[in-house]
Amino acid sequence: MMMDVSLPQPVETVVTLAVVWIGLGVAGLAFVRAPRFITHFIFPCGALVALLLAITGLGAIGAPPSVAILPAGLPDLPFHVRVDALSGFFLMLLGGVAFGTSLFSTGYFRGMAPAALALLSLQYHVFLASMTVVLIADDAYLFMVAWEAMALASYFLVTTEHHEEQNRKAGFIYLVVAHIGALGILLCFGVLQGGRGDYTFDALRQAGLGDNWASLAFLLAFLGFGAKAGMLPLHVWLPEAHPAAPSPVSALMSGVMLKTAIYGLVRVVYDLIGNIRWEWGLLVLLVGSATALFGILFALAENDLKRLLAYSSVENIGIVLTGIGLSMVFIGSGQPVAGALGLIAALYHALNHAVYKGLLFLGAGAILKSTTLWNLNQMGGLIRYMPKTAVVFLVGVLAISALPPLNGFVSEWLTFQVSLQASQLSSSVVRSLVPIAAALLALTGALTGMCFVKVYGIAFLGQPRLSLAEAPREAGGWELAGMVWLTIGCVLLGIFPVFVIGELNAVCLSLIGSGLSAEALASGWLWLVPTAGTQASYSPLIFLLAIMVVFGVTFLGVRRLYRGRLRRAAPWDCGFPEQTLRMQDSADAFGQPIRQIFAPLYRIRRQVPRPDDAAPVFRQTVEDWHWYVLYRPIARLTTYLSDQVGKLQQGRISVYLLYSFVTLIALLVFVK
Amino acid sequence: MNLPLHAQIINLCAALLLLLAFAMLTQRRIRSLINLFSAQGLVLVISTLTVAYATHQTHLYYSALLTLVLKVMLLPWIMHRLIRKLNVRWDVESVLNIPATLLIGIVLVIFAFNLAAPISQFSDTIAKSTLGIATACIFLAFLMMITRRKAISQVIGFLAMENGLFFAATSATYGMPMVVELGIALDVLVGTLIFGVFFFHIREKFESLDIHHLEKLKER
Repeated sequence: MMMDVSLPQPVETVVTLAVVWIGLGVAGLAFVRAPRFITHFIFPCGALVALLLAITGLGAIGAPPSVAILPAGLPDLPFHVRVDALSGFFLMLLGGVAFGTSLFSTGYFRGMAPAALALLSLQYHVFLASMTVVLIADDAYLFMVAWEAMALASYFLVTTEHHEEQNRKAGFIYLVVAHIGALGILLCFGVLQGGRGDYTFDALRQAGLGDNWASLAFLLAFLGFGAKAGMLPLHVWLPEAHPAAPSPVSALMSGVMLKTAIYGLVRVVYDLIGNIRWEWGLLVLLVGSATALFGILFALAENDLKRLLAYSSVENIGIVLTGIGLSMVFIGSGQPVAGALGLIAALYHALNHAVYKGLLFLGAGAILKSTTLWNLNQMGGLIRYMPKTAVVFLVGVLAISALPPLNGFVSEWLTFQVSLQASQLSSSVVRSLVPIAAALLALTGALTGMCFVKVYGIAFLGQPRLSLAEAPREAGGWELAGMVWLTIGCVLLGIFPVFVIGELNAVCLSLIGSGLSAEALASGWLWLVPTAGTQASYSPLIFLLAIMVVFGVTFLGVRRLYRGRLRRAAPWDCGFPEQTLRMQDSADAFGQPIRQIFAPLYRIRRQVPRPDDAAPVFRQTVEDWHWYVLYRPIARLTTYLSDQVGKLQQGRISVYLLYSFVTLIALLVFVK
Repeated sequence: MNLPLHAQIINLCAALLLLLAFAMLTQRRIRSLINLFSAQGLVLVISTLTVAYATHQTHLYYSALLTLVLKVMLLPWIMHRLIRKLNVRWDVESVLNIPATLLIGIVLVIFAFNLAAPISQFSDTIAKSTLGIATACIFLAFLMMITRRKAISQVIGFLAMENGLFFAATSATYGMPMVVELGIALDVLVGTLIFGVFFFHIREKFESLDIHHLEKLKER
């Protein structure tokens, strides 16, 4: 009994932590004249809150759902909040990543102008708090309020450096897509509610929609959350907004905010709509595969590091959607065990992506701060100036390339394992489509490897391609602490997947009522077995040991064999004595084969110099054709329509008077 | 026709109002326009006094006094001063020529009567038959605002419209409450003063009071 009193419910703790975050943000505004107070006190406190949130979330996964009604909101329309296993998992994700980014921010934002810093601190903490509230909202009303607060806070964060027009433009695009998405979600809730009952999630769960209405609700939710997640073709805001935002914010947006969209999709489709149909799953699967392939292809063609990471986020969201799509196909076909595995794979990948993409964005921020460079083509040799950053960045790069024993491998491997269950499906069309999606996923994985070989090789290895005024400096202690925290996450999530799977299994059990097979769960902590031991199993720890043994043996063998036979000499210059640093392989050059192979998917503009040009320059830009195929026509139509309406504005007072006169007469005739 | 004397006077006033409204529609000289406006005000005062006397509505006496001071004396005086200072005498040829304007005016009057007919039946005031004329006056003043090109004649049109509204109010409901009437009177006064200030600014900017110069004030 005493325990009950002393331990608050998870939901109370989470609400308190969100309020503390908002309080920290407001406090930052109050201490606008003390920027050191903001960086040295408020951001570390925010990090502490994040850590507590992660722990609370982790604890809530196994606990029964806890609910509360907040004493806020409109009269007769109170805010309902609820923390269940799914919320707990995403709260853990949010807290874990936010801990790293807040630590990083402690160091990163030092030296910023005080007023801008205070506003940034406010928006940053409001952003975190609103994401928390999105994850615990238990009625559509609070959900939408928090969702919009999240969008607005992140909009202001994207436009932190609003003096540059490019950033304002990026913020505008982001805001437009965010609102298209919000509109979809709002309509989805409207369809779910169906004109009866109230808007609490409990009421929506029991709506019992007909097939057509349920499909409509699903499509609206998919559109709405897909826009926020960066699904094709609504991904265009990502490569604009992420480079514009300060790096810790990009890390949060890419790592966590995209995951709130995944959370929303899972919450609405699995929990609120229920009765999943396999056709929906097929749609999600196909869109997810296309998103993944497209995202990585554009990442390969990109030379702006943060834009590249943004496109890579598009790709990873594609993989998560692939997992969700597979899970929905299986659940809709009456195979809940395989469906649970798909959901586990998707959620695991969401967590992994949050951790390593957070790490990579923080690394990009560290590079940007110490070199002021954002273009890969100008970097190079950073490993000598920033050795510690180079190590943590390498871990992130290996993780995102899905190399064992790191975390990226586990979730992608699980996704493959799900697609291998396709033989259980009854429909032959779906049975043949699922392997194609898996093949696309494999291609995506290989291309990701290539993409990040490019990133790491060009940025950290080789020689500097641009002589900077002062040598780049290693990231500061706080920045490293934030990155190391996420690095540890990458390693632990990769080495001990069984524990994560156990937690995710609890999420699945509470959400769809079924989990992994008993055989899979009985495999013990060392071996990860998704379905049955006879089919597939993976032990990262043994893998790691094997790698270490092979590495050690090779290292010792080489040392022994080549002892004393080393000689240092200049490499052969191919008979061309004048070699400059600019002759190194560049990011654009590295992606050239891919651009050649997938040329129809890009919109490439080349400017080839004439043969007799004395100072030849080769220019090439790669553009996203979605702008031209989808967005330009819409923009043109909008401009045309507003031009037509604009004709009403004649400038002649007589005409304006005539408008009111005609209106008056028409109304009089009408009401007579 | 065996109407009592006060009803006959009111009907006469209504007819005069309509006539004056048409006269304003055709008048090109601004000085005469102001005089016509002033005359319209005077007719309004007479009709209000008649209604007040016939129905023993004391507050209508105050209204009549207010109208007399404001619309017959003060506003015309301000406007005469204005046009002397601004040196505008003529309004230029408007969008429509005078016969066409008159034809449209006639159509509007018919429409106004058509509109007012069902409403008048429910009204039991002594001046109910004049509602159509009041509405017609409003329409004609509006038409004048549309067809004129000098800012000052538009202001006169605006004030004439207010006259029509006032007449409609007295004829249909024995006038608006005193508070509302005072408010409107103040608005009209302040409005005219502000217009006066604006005229000076407009002329300073464009060297003319022709509102045709304001056509530049648009986006493209």
